[in-house]
Amino acid sequence: MTRIGVVIFPGSNCDYDAASAVSELGATCEYVWHSATDLSGFDGVILPGGFAHGDYLRPGALARFSPVMEAVANFAADGGAVLGICNGFQVLTEAGLLPGALQKNRGLTFLCQPTTLIVASTRSVLTCAATKGQELVIPISHFSGAYTCDDETYEALEANGQVVLRYRDNPNGSRGDIAGVANEAGNVVGLMPHPERAMSTLLGSADGRVLLSGFVSAPVDVH
Amino acid sequence: MNFPVIVDVTLREGIADPEGATIERALPALGFTGVTNVRAAKSFRLDVEATDEASALAKATALAERLLSNPVIENAVARSGRGSTP
Repeated sequence: MTRIGVVIFPGSNCDYDAASAVSELGATCEYVWHSATDLSGFDGVILPGGFAHGDYLRPGALARFSPVMEAVANFAADGGAVLGICNGFQVLTEAGLLPGALQKNRGLTFLCQPTTLIVASTRSVLTCAATKGQELVIPISHFSGAYTCDDETYEALEANGQVVLRYRDNPNGSRGDIAGVANEAGNVVGLMPHPERAMSTLLGSADGRVLLSGFVSAPVDVH
Repeated sequence: MNFPVIVDVTLREGIADPEGATIERALPALGFTGVTNVRAAKSFRLDVEATDEASALAKATALAERLLSNPVIENAVARSGRGSTP
């Protein structure tokens, strides 16, 4: 059975939701405190949403220096599946494990609403079970979610199929409508929307399942 | 010896600044016309222990590039903070 570690930073608040979602999809889940330095035995690691270290300075700026991040970098370098959701995405960009940066939303408001995403690439541990062009309704909940990068990076992302999810109706000013990106190998993915909050039609949408079930099954393919 | 240093963290050229743009749009309503190119930035004040001011500024620049700024979107410049109070 797939073993997933969910990292908890001081200030994480989507850790239980993420763990509940992947457990429901058949994975074994364990919480990993941010001071941990060993991720051996895990098939995948999730950096959940929240406000790690209070988001002081910039979202993710302090969390990237938590001891666990060195282990996450090594885990990713060995091909392990790493998923950053919302604040976790911000941490991954600050740590340099994903290109670009997340800026304050255009409009300077905290956005908490369902969004329609379009699967732009299936070559990642998050989108591997989805279909290219597929539309997914998944909520966002962020203040700093406007993806930005320089021209050179943007062209490389496009050329390598690293843009994995786009907003159909760009809510926050993200460059190229980007909602989620992967690293070149496709084993590290970050996205601002919350697939763990889209697990049941009763609660608005179950479209997060195709993403997280891909992530839960992906490590076997990647290794 | 401690040297006061001020680090200015500004958005790199070409990076969108919704905060600066919002401030700029608000000014005419307050009667301040003719104000353009408003950019919001962060400023940090530090006391840095070093043998001379140049080394203090070098140390502040190094920590600013590592922690205070995100080099993907921001520039950091350290300058003397002489005369400033903590």
